[in-house]
Amino acid sequence: MSDVMAGQSAGTAQEQATPASGPTTGKDRSLWGDVGYELMRNPVFWISLILVLIVLSMSFAPQLWAHTSPNTSGACQLEHAREKPSSAHPFGYTSAGCDMWASVVWGAGKSVIVAILVTIGTVIMGLVLGTASGFFGGFTDTIISRVTDVFFGLPFILGALVFLAIFPDRNVWTLTAVLTILGWTSLTRVMRGSVIATKQKDYVDAARALGGSNFFIIRKHILANSVAPLIVLATIGLGSFIGAEATLTYLGVGYQRPTVSWGLLVDDGQNLALAGFPHLLVIPAAFIVVTVLAFILLGDALRDALDPRTR
Amino acid sequence: MGRYVARRLIQFIPVILGTLFLLHIMSVLTIQLVGDPVRALFGENAPPASVIQQMRADYNLDDPCLQQPGNPCVGLFIDRLSQYATFNFGINFRGREVTELFVERFPVTVRLTVIALVFESIVGVFLGVMAGLRKDKFVDNFVRFSTVILIAFPVFVFGTLTQLFIGLQLGLKVRDSSWAPEWLGQMINVGYTSDYPWLSLVLPGIVLGAFSLAAIARLTRTSLIENLRSDYVRTARAKGLPASRVVGVHTLRNSLIPVVTYIGIDIGLLLGGALVTEGIFNIPGVGQLVYLAIQANDTPVILGVVTILVIVFLVANLIVDILYAALDPRIRYE
Repeated sequence: MSDVMAGQSAGTAQEQATPASGPTTGKDRSLWGDVGYELMRNPVFWISLILVLIVLSMSFAPQLWAHTSPNTSGACQLEHAREKPSSAHPFGYTSAGCDMWASVVWGAGKSVIVAILVTIGTVIMGLVLGTASGFFGGFTDTIISRVTDVFFGLPFILGALVFLAIFPDRNVWTLTAVLTILGWTSLTRVMRGSVIATKQKDYVDAARALGGSNFFIIRKHILANSVAPLIVLATIGLGSFIGAEATLTYLGVGYQRPTVSWGLLVDDGQNLALAGFPHLLVIPAAFIVVTVLAFILLGDALRDALDPRTR
Repeated sequence: MGRYVARRLIQFIPVILGTLFLLHIMSVLTIQLVGDPVRALFGENAPPASVIQQMRADYNLDDPCLQQPGNPCVGLFIDRLSQYATFNFGINFRGREVTELFVERFPVTVRLTVIALVFESIVGVFLGVMAGLRKDKFVDNFVRFSTVILIAFPVFVFGTLTQLFIGLQLGLKVRDSSWAPEWLGQMINVGYTSDYPWLSLVLPGIVLGAFSLAAIARLTRTSLIENLRSDYVRTARAKGLPASRVVGVHTLRNSLIPVVTYIGIDIGLLLGGALVTEGIFNIPGVGQLVYLAIQANDTPVILGVVTILVIVFLVANLIVDILYAALDPRIRYE
């Protein structure tokens, strides 16, 4: 799974990227300067970044996009229930008579915040455990790798079900905990592989010969040079956690009403869509898909920029 | 080969025990934190304490360690393991055995999973090969673009949308029309009908396999492109072998190795996805059993069925790994 449709733009960027034409002087550009330079010229990066910023602003400041929350009293009128899109309300009304646009905007936060918290959690676990097992090897590596195998043996949705089904009330924290516990394995494996590759570089030997302590070498050399694949995978992971949260909510083990979330909106819409109200399903579904897509494309653009083999 | 199989089997034991222990600890910890599911079953209209006590005993929930948060309940785990060994995966809140419920529904899920696997591997490998052979041409860009969009669809979103637009809106026209044969109309339907045990599973199977289809196509493409650059392909070309033999025998066979591994992991994804797909298309399989159990708060069923599915997944993975070594001698001698 390498580059997504950025093939052509990356190709042309290569030819034009003569050292002198860069924003910083070509020869001295650091790895990250190079990455920034690649990203600036990639249209896919800009499109996905803008979409991601829109979704993030919806989650943290929904009042910017829709002034009344569907949970304030009087915001929803049953007489409007299931009304189709019109010019005044281009997204129509939900089955409870709330404005669909407001519901989608205010529902974004619930999905996105869980995904962000889970990504932070899994990245921290991946960094610490992956670096420990890759750098120290031996016994530490054996223990961490075997534990990773065990967690990997538990399919994501199935594991989350067992945990969440018993919880009587589920909120941001329980969802975050469960998704983090089940989601850290792939990041740890990637980080471990990357650290092992970095550890064998000459500059690590040089640092050690000069008397650098383990902690110093990890901090100065290992982390900076092996974190790239982790960042890519975490960006894509953020998108897939949004999908996972919505799936669990849809199955009935995620958020519960009266919370507004994308999974609940799709769940509401599913049966009524078959009864002749397709907008109830299509609109929240479109928001989920576009958000997940934006994160995947952003991750792919980062991967293209970070992977030296494509240069 | 024999040594490889033996080593793989020995590695399998700690993984399956560990995974079952993980499931056990997750359920135990939740019960310790939030109270046992029997109480949740009744809500406010609780029956007399003696009835609750009886039920707790019936469902193995009266173990004192379930009242001590943080206690891993190893004794209970060993009890459970010995029950699993005799194919006893508990009873549901209505007194039926989970194993029995599972066995009567499993064939449908197997059919659904087989359709999804066949669909995703044939179409996925085909698309991946087309894209890999014509790198950076139209076909390649099209495949890369459509697969990334497919990956962005969570199964339940893709399923509900397919049911609405293909199953209902398109399917209704086909079924009402005079020209379309009966089987076509049944193939694109909104739900499962027992009169057509395979045909009516085609649409749900495609939905289930869609995500992995994209992954397989991209994996095949990347690995094909990498292998086309290798020395042995250049040698084969230099010998004057026809292109079909170079691609079909030399390159493709080597490129499919990561794809086979992926299919092994994918079985777990499909079993999880079957839960959602079966709920949407009303298919009376194992997934629907869990789906209904969630709605009825029937915890023993959820725990029992998930345990069986995890065992099925791990065993399937083991079989794929062994087959894979049979295909690729390099792995045997590692």
